Amino acid sequence: MVIFMAFYFQYLSEMMIPLLIFSIVGYGILMRRNIYEDFIRGAEDGFKTVLKIMPTLIGLMVAVGMLRASGFFDFLNNAVSGLTALIHFPSQLVPLVIVRLFSSSAATGVATDLFKTYGPDSYIGMTASIMMGCTETVFYTMCVYFMAAGVKKTRWTLPGALIATAAGIVASVALAGMN
Amino acid sequence: MNYIWGGMIVLSILYGTVNGTLGQVGEAALNSSKEAVSLCITMIGIMSFWVGIMEIAKEAGIIQGASRKLRPVIRFLFPNLKRGESKAEEYIISNMIANILGLGWAATPAGLKAMEELSKRRDGSSRQVASNEMCTFLILNISSLQLIPVNIIAYRSQYGSVNPTAVIGPALVATTVSTAVAVVFCKIMDRKRSA
Repeated sequence: MVIFMAFYFQYLSEMMIPLLIFSIVGYGILMRRNIYEDFIRGAEDGFKTVLKIMPTLIGLMVAVGMLRASGFFDFLNNAVSGLTALIHFPSQLVPLVIVRLFSSSAATGVATDLFKTYGPDSYIGMTASIMMGCTETVFYTMCVYFMAAGVKKTRWTLPGALIATAAGIVASVALAGMN
Repeated sequence: MNYIWGGMIVLSILYGTVNGTLGQVGEAALNSSKEAVSLCITMIGIMSFWVGIMEIAKEAGIIQGASRKLRPVIRFLFPNLKRGESKAEEYIISNMIANILGLGWAATPAGLKAMEELSKRRDGSSRQVASNEMCTFLILNISSLQLIPVNIIAYRSQYGSVNPTAVIGPALVATTVSTAVAVVFCKIMDRKRSA
């Protein structure tokens, strides 16, 4: 049963995108739209949007890459480990939280590392799973979205995003502890 | 943005000097820029394709249909969005749907177009300042709207979990908590700043 469910969800995730494309294109045909023309118009739009954010992305990825190479993230880990012990936050999860703010793929790397070390069903593994499911890449998302709109002053976005993320993390630790 | 970016660069070089990793920092600067370009090339493909598909959905009336059902939610979250601004609304809705379905990458194109539309509502110098709608939209996005974390379930089963899907319930609760906090925060800020 459990194995079946796992397959089912893997299947579901694989199916999602093809199914969506099928329904949209199929519906367009049924409505007798000029779907190819529509598609090309949209594709042109998407193309231009990427070209517009490309310089931003280069700037951002260089900054994150440099910071990671300098070893600053490791330093940050050690620095906050005292604090996290104080609030009973598992220190093994600190790197995940930090990396999660900057890069989704890097966070996936850290999470799978935790799965390998502690097992996905352990307390650490479970907390990591929930955390990955309820948080987003704060800085990356903000940079890309705001640059697309040409915004320089982000006002209350960062505090709001961090508060929401913190709420998600607290909930993850609490929920994993209940299992 | 200036401070975040500048701070990251300065910090990495200063810390690299102290830590003796300056060589790696320089190397990372060059490598990351290369990496960013190859990411963009992948993204051009995905974005072009996906925005194209969305255009079909829009022209065929699928998005309008979904919009109608989600309109009360949008009205509540973005009270200043007027009826004439259906374009921004459509993009916000398609971004939210893609997010809820856990399509990750597929949500970005609509999100970026939504931001562009939101910025068109502002004129001249205020364009560089985020509007209340932009802040709300982004915070909601970051609070994660995903219903089923499909990727995580896949990773869990890959690493030998006895029950990979056990994460669904807790993740749903945690996502609801973070999104609820986000909504409350946005509402408070929205009121305060517009008054």
